[in-house]
Amino acid sequence: MSKSSGRTRVAVRAASSSTIRLDRVGVDIKGELFRAVLLFSILLGVVMLATLLIFVAIRGSDRLDLNLFTQLPSSIDVGTSGFLPAIVGTTYVMLGTLITIVPLGVSAAVYLEEYANRDRWYNRIIEVNIQNLAAVPSIVFGILGLAFIVRGPLNLGFVAFAGSLTLAMMVLPTVIIAAREAIRGVPPTLRDASMGLGATKWQTTWRQVLPLSVPGIVTGTILAMSRAIGETAPLLLVGATTFVRFLPESAFEGAYSAIPVQIYQWAVRPQDEFRVLAAAGALVLVALLLVMNSFAIWLRARSRKEF
Amino acid sequence: MSTKYSKSAAFAATLAAAALFLSACATTAEPEEPAEGGEALSGAVVIDGSSTVAPNTEVAAELFQEVQPDVQVSVGVSGTGGGFEKFCNGETDISEASRRIADDEIAACEANGIEFVELGIANDGLAVVVNPANDWVDCLTVAEISSMWTPENPVTNWADVRAGFPDQEIILYGPGTDSGTFDFFTDEINGDSGLINPAYNDIGEDDNAAVLGVAGGAGNSAFIPLSFVEAAGDQVRAIAIENEAGECVEPSLDTVLTGDYNPLGRQLFVYPSAEALTKPQVLAFLEFYITNQATIAETAGFIPLNADQEVEALEALNSLL
Repeated sequence: MSKSSGRTRVAVRAASSSTIRLDRVGVDIKGELFRAVLLFSILLGVVMLATLLIFVAIRGSDRLDLNLFTQLPSSIDVGTSGFLPAIVGTTYVMLGTLITIVPLGVSAAVYLEEYANRDRWYNRIIEVNIQNLAAVPSIVFGILGLAFIVRGPLNLGFVAFAGSLTLAMMVLPTVIIAAREAIRGVPPTLRDASMGLGATKWQTTWRQVLPLSVPGIVTGTILAMSRAIGETAPLLLVGATTFVRFLPESAFEGAYSAIPVQIYQWAVRPQDEFRVLAAAGALVLVALLLVMNSFAIWLRARSRKEF
Repeated sequence: MSTKYSKSAAFAATLAAAALFLSACATTAEPEEPAEGGEALSGAVVIDGSSTVAPNTEVAAELFQEVQPDVQVSVGVSGTGGGFEKFCNGETDISEASRRIADDEIAACEANGIEFVELGIANDGLAVVVNPANDWVDCLTVAEISSMWTPENPVTNWADVRAGFPDQEIILYGPGTDSGTFDFFTDEINGDSGLINPAYNDIGEDDNAAVLGVAGGAGNSAFIPLSFVEAAGDQVRAIAIENEAGECVEPSLDTVLTGDYNPLGRQLFVYPSAEALTKPQVLAFLEFYITNQATIAETAGFIPLNADQEVEALEALNSLL
């Protein structure tokens, strides 16, 4: 993008000028310190993640086999017990979340960026609300989901799609905020050109602005889905069960399980073999997350373009 | 051109996701196969409730599936209280509980016209555990345990529990207030469910955390289900408790089964609703659960019912038919 490459040029110029200064003064203490702080920040995150992954890999090493993916959970043959219904359940829940948050999140973002008049008080309230929603604890969404989605107005019952909608409420702000940033990043000149050629606002938004926003929207969706896939508490409240020896009938019918809920239940068992299984399950969850995000990143790479 | 392309890519992805989702929705259950002997049943049995009882019910569900492969038994863990909340709302067939149903829960069930029956399904004990380095305690009375756990002026040093005990600070661990284990312990030890020394470390629903807590210091103590003591090995030591007859009794399979280990020996329960029992698969599951309770409890690491309790459970089940 021309904007960012412009920024890079400035940065390069700044860097080279500091090199000149470095030659003159000796050591650029501030610069080196800043660099060290940046390095520390990135290392902290990476090291924490690596520690966690290595820990669960070692802890679950006895049970890292294909049974994890192909077998039903078992309290009798713990040695060959697997996550199959939980994997299928999580897939249903996540697909339901995806098809809910993308259209809703993008529509909300388009409204706020392209249509809303920011001087109006109600639009400002909506904005503040969305930002605050992102900070609400997940258990609150679980309670909300139980009262309004499982019971109450929607009355879906304890089914996978109720879990999808509950998680969707929780992560929607992430998608909206990311999509807004993406839409804002589309150069205004492009909109003006489109309008100037006689396109309507709808045509400009649909054919010019949205396609260019896809990478940003996909990034927001990745973040949202990654948060949703690991949630346990809200799913427990809206009825994800911990033990099913059958696959969910559909997203709208019958009991379902989910990987984090299954891990939670096994991790607190007295017998060590269950806890090993829970550690192995954490890796199953990470594997599923990687598959999901790889697809999204591939999609983002294909739709990114320079202008 | 590339703009158009990116749009179609996004479209394709959304469509693919939607198609996958819808096709998933269209999947139906496997065709039914007749079970060996007896009539083949199908349908759902929805169970929720105590996370303490769940491992036992899971074994029952798994064994039952070998007899009736088309019955879909699901087991959730909302906790004893959370389970009753759903049960009295008519949302589950069977509720599991690690204590008896409380009065306000009975009222909630009555308000919604839910009739139910209480079935004892296994025995369990709560153990008071101490650090292995604690060599001064062999046996405590209920009053002594209560002096540590009471909300009013609890003692904080072993020297104050009984004359002769060393000067060692007491740090307490125990499950959180949602747990039936918590309700049961506070009721038996402090006289009323919910009364507890506010300084205790709440470890939530993970009893293993209490084991680790107790293993971390010589003066530490906790109450945990007996099934966790066995799995904890040498990390903690369960102490004997003076029972109503004035004898010091250590928790074990035998002492819980005979009732000598009191007051911290307890029964675990399942509560089916009358409406659920009209479904043949729910009734068949419960009959299977009770008649095979010994095998199930041993597999799951619990203490089976004794012969009298088993008869009692079967009679209770029949009383609601």
